[in-house]
Amino acid sequence: MAKATRYQNRIELLQGTLDLLILQTLQWGPQHGYGIAQAIRAGSSDVLQVDTGSLYPALHRLERQKWIAATWKVSANKQRTRVYRLTAAGRRQLASERSRWEMLVDAMAGVLAKAERGEA
Amino acid sequence: MSPSRRRDKELREEIASHLRMAIHDRIERGMRPDEAAADARRELGNISQIQEATRDVWGGRWLEALAQDLRYAARVFRRNRSFALVAVVSLALGIGANAALFQVVDAVRLQSLPVADPSSLVEVRIVDTEGARGNFETWHAAVTYPIWREIQARQQAFSGVFAWAADRFNLTNGGEVRVAQGLWVTGDFFGVLGVRPVIGRVLAAADDRPGCAPRAVLSYAFWQRAYGGSPTVIGQSLALSSRPVEIVGVAPAAFHGLEVGRTFDVALPVCADPVFSDDGKGRLPVGTDWWLSVFGRLKPGWSVERATAHLQAISSDLFHTTLPPTYPAESVTKYVNFKLAAYAGGSGLSHLRETYESPLWLLLGTAGLVLVIACANLANLLLARATARRREIAVRLSLGAARGRVIRQLLTESLLLAVIGGALGLLLAHTLSGFFVTLLDTQSDATSLALGLDWRVLGFTAALAFTTCALFGLAPAMNATRVSASSVMRATTRSTTSGRDVIGLRRALVVAQIALSVVLLFGSLLFARTLHNLTTADPGFNPRGIVIAGLTFRRLDVPADQRPSFRRGLVERLRGLPGVQAAATVRIVPLGGDAIGNDVWPEGDRPREFNSRFNTAGPGYFATLGIPLVGGRDFDERDAPQSTPVAIVSEAFAAKLLPGRSVVGARFTRQATPSSPEKTFEIIGVVKNSTYMDLREDLSPVAFLADAQSTGPASMQMMVRSGLPAGPLTAAITRTLADVDSRIGVTYSVMTADIQGTLVRERLLATLSGGFGVLAAILTLVGLYGLVAYTVARRTNEIGIRLALGARGSDIARLIVHETGVLLVVGIAAGIVLALAGGRAAASLLFGVRPHDPLTLFGAVAGLALIALGASYFPARRATKIEPVAALRVD
Repeated sequence: MAKATRYQNRIELLQGTLDLLILQTLQWGPQHGYGIAQAIRAGSSDVLQVDTGSLYPALHRLERQKWIAATWKVSANKQRTRVYRLTAAGRRQLASERSRWEMLVDAMAGVLAKAERGEA
Repeated sequence: MSPSRRRDKELREEIASHLRMAIHDRIERGMRPDEAAADARRELGNISQIQEATRDVWGGRWLEALAQDLRYAARVFRRNRSFALVAVVSLALGIGANAALFQVVDAVRLQSLPVADPSSLVEVRIVDTEGARGNFETWHAAVTYPIWREIQARQQAFSGVFAWAADRFNLTNGGEVRVAQGLWVTGDFFGVLGVRPVIGRVLAAADDRPGCAPRAVLSYAFWQRAYGGSPTVIGQSLALSSRPVEIVGVAPAAFHGLEVGRTFDVALPVCADPVFSDDGKGRLPVGTDWWLSVFGRLKPGWSVERATAHLQAISSDLFHTTLPPTYPAESVTKYVNFKLAAYAGGSGLSHLRETYESPLWLLLGTAGLVLVIACANLANLLLARATARRREIAVRLSLGAARGRVIRQLLTESLLLAVIGGALGLLLAHTLSGFFVTLLDTQSDATSLALGLDWRVLGFTAALAFTTCALFGLAPAMNATRVSASSVMRATTRSTTSGRDVIGLRRALVVAQIALSVVLLFGSLLFARTLHNLTTADPGFNPRGIVIAGLTFRRLDVPADQRPSFRRGLVERLRGLPGVQAAATVRIVPLGGDAIGNDVWPEGDRPREFNSRFNTAGPGYFATLGIPLVGGRDFDERDAPQSTPVAIVSEAFAAKLLPGRSVVGARFTRQATPSSPEKTFEIIGVVKNSTYMDLREDLSPVAFLADAQSTGPASMQMMVRSGLPAGPLTAAITRTLADVDSRIGVTYSVMTADIQGTLVRERLLATLSGGFGVLAAILTLVGLYGLVAYTVARRTNEIGIRLALGARGSDIARLIVHETGVLLVVGIAAGIVLALAGGRAAASLLFGVRPHDPLTLFGAVAGLALIALGASYFPARRATKIEPVAALRVD
């Protein structure tokens, strides 16, 4: 029961939405994996929690698709971090995924609204 | 560092930096360092699982799994060295033999000529040369020079066309002959083939004009051999058969001419033929000298069929135009009705191919069977090992390994064996194929084959290795993994766990081995008997101690009418040599491969005509060769050029001419030939039959004409019988000839060696099939031994109980031998059926033994039965020595 309470305010990410979130986050500039996770969390007011076990496979998958590119950067305190940035192909992919997402949201909203009216 | 290792390291670093930043953030928010670290770790989750999941994204997992399997397989083989060694050696032998034979088949059968666009090359021949009269100079002689000129002038099908012929030249000016293999070529030969010179130039149309001076293009090999590859050779003069020839260029190394299996040293334009002839005119104007082969390159869009249709259409005019005036009347109709046709010519001509094609395919099939037997052995070994490894496999399966994964692991082991075996086989093949080619070499006939490692040979070997891997690896792997883990884990190492199906499969494999071994042994015995029959066949003369001296006295310009007396003088000189017992001249050396055949009939009785072989011999010929004279007399000084033409005939001839009557004194007529009109001879003697051209043929009628009554060419064959070794004898003959005239050229051959040379094909078949038969028998012996030993080991408990209950050793031995006996009977029965079918396929290659010869079959079966009994003897003996108490106490 404790488990359920702990996650009650968080939503499991839908399949495929993580990619969209990563691309969207990188639109604002290069970022490392930890930073991406933090940005998604902060951007969703702590509702969306990115599981590290999904984040890194997703990052490497996007890199293989050449939608994002990675370089090693040395931070101020001399630590090496792997920084991802959006590529031109990634930008296009973001636009198309975004419009798909908006269609999905509209469609869902429409269905849900109809159901509400029917119930009323 | 490998890319995948580096990626692994980077991923670890990336996750570590993630963790570091998470801890850092938490400390900044006011957590205690140890709390922060613990919390961050909890949030991160299972690091190795993250790594696994990320690695999966990269792909290439199967490669890693393969590397892992290979490492594991290598470890397994290091632990079981003897198993790995047996497996690799038998595979290397099996694959090596197959690859070597395939390499030879590839070289003689499949390879295209190394010339530009070989697929558009066609050969032009007369469809059916029945009725062609005159001299046929080589085995591939297709047309006369006049016919060639007409083809060249009339054809529309080819963008280029040329003719060529093989010949031999003498490189010395007297004494012992050194042969240069020559090619006569027409002007467009090199141009149409697209062969470019290495240095200098190739012959062109301008070099091939009537009355031309002899020029030569050297082969690359000859250039290296005779001139050390010197570039200054261009423009130098080379003496060929004592004529100066100007060297104009060198052909590329890959070009050996158009005959596969034979190379050339020098290529000359055909227009130079008169320079090398006895009469100064040569073969160019002669319509009855068949010596040239014609090749053309199809025009774009023309097919072989269309070219044939075109050639057929021009044939009638062409042959009417070229009909030689001296053509014998009875053959004219056939001549003018000859039809030309085109045949695919991209792989050239090959005597080797015609003679050895079917034996080679047969041997390749045999080698394939040996490989199958070797595979059966390996499958058997792997089955036995899989049984021993049941526990290991069961453990792996019960720990959650997928069955497919375990099968893949086991197959990887077989694959590793196959790849190593295949690689070694390929190395072995190179040595073996070289050995095959030396088997093809004879005293008089050097064989050269381009035995390259082309994609076909590599592909064939790879396919062989993978097929064998699947053959011997798959069934055991499937079998080994089809176990219920719990039953194996529960079971002890030695009880009834090895299922009936495993032992059944192993029995089936051994039965198959026995059956195939019967076939191979039967085949090798058939070929061994064929060779034996031919080597012991009585040729009707005694070749032992005979040296054949081939003399040429062309440079002496002996007038034609003085040649008989010149020849007689030389024979007299040689007879006088110490150690020489007898000497005589003959035109056609028996079993030498040449032949003259004409129709003959009793004088005035044409309807009773029959075909007879002809030869010309001097006095003492029959005595020299030990051919008994059964009636009449030998040739002697009474037979002069001007006296009645006489002949000595064989018994077969006499029986055909006048059945049941004496023929001495009788007369027969020989049909007209292009060089002489119809002529009648008086028979002065009859000799026993002797072979003429081929040991395999029936003894056909032969008529010997008197050497003294024939002008003959400016060369002769001398048969010399002596008790001396060949070396000192030939040295003495060379000295004597030099005394007569230093310009006489001579070549020697030892008659027994020459006859052996005609049996190359039979020896090849007998040697190789014998080798394969023995190999098959050994492999079967090993397989059978393994199975019986395994059975004994498996039944130790049972045998122990039997012995404890009072069974005697002989009872136990009977038990084991009975098991072998059943396998043997089934295997042999199947083998006999296969052997009889296989024998029919080899029928045309046999001599003196029928393809279903019962005695031979019995020999093969008996041999194998003996091997089988031997294989079961030792395990059976061990079974009788089992200590009952010890056997029962095991486990």
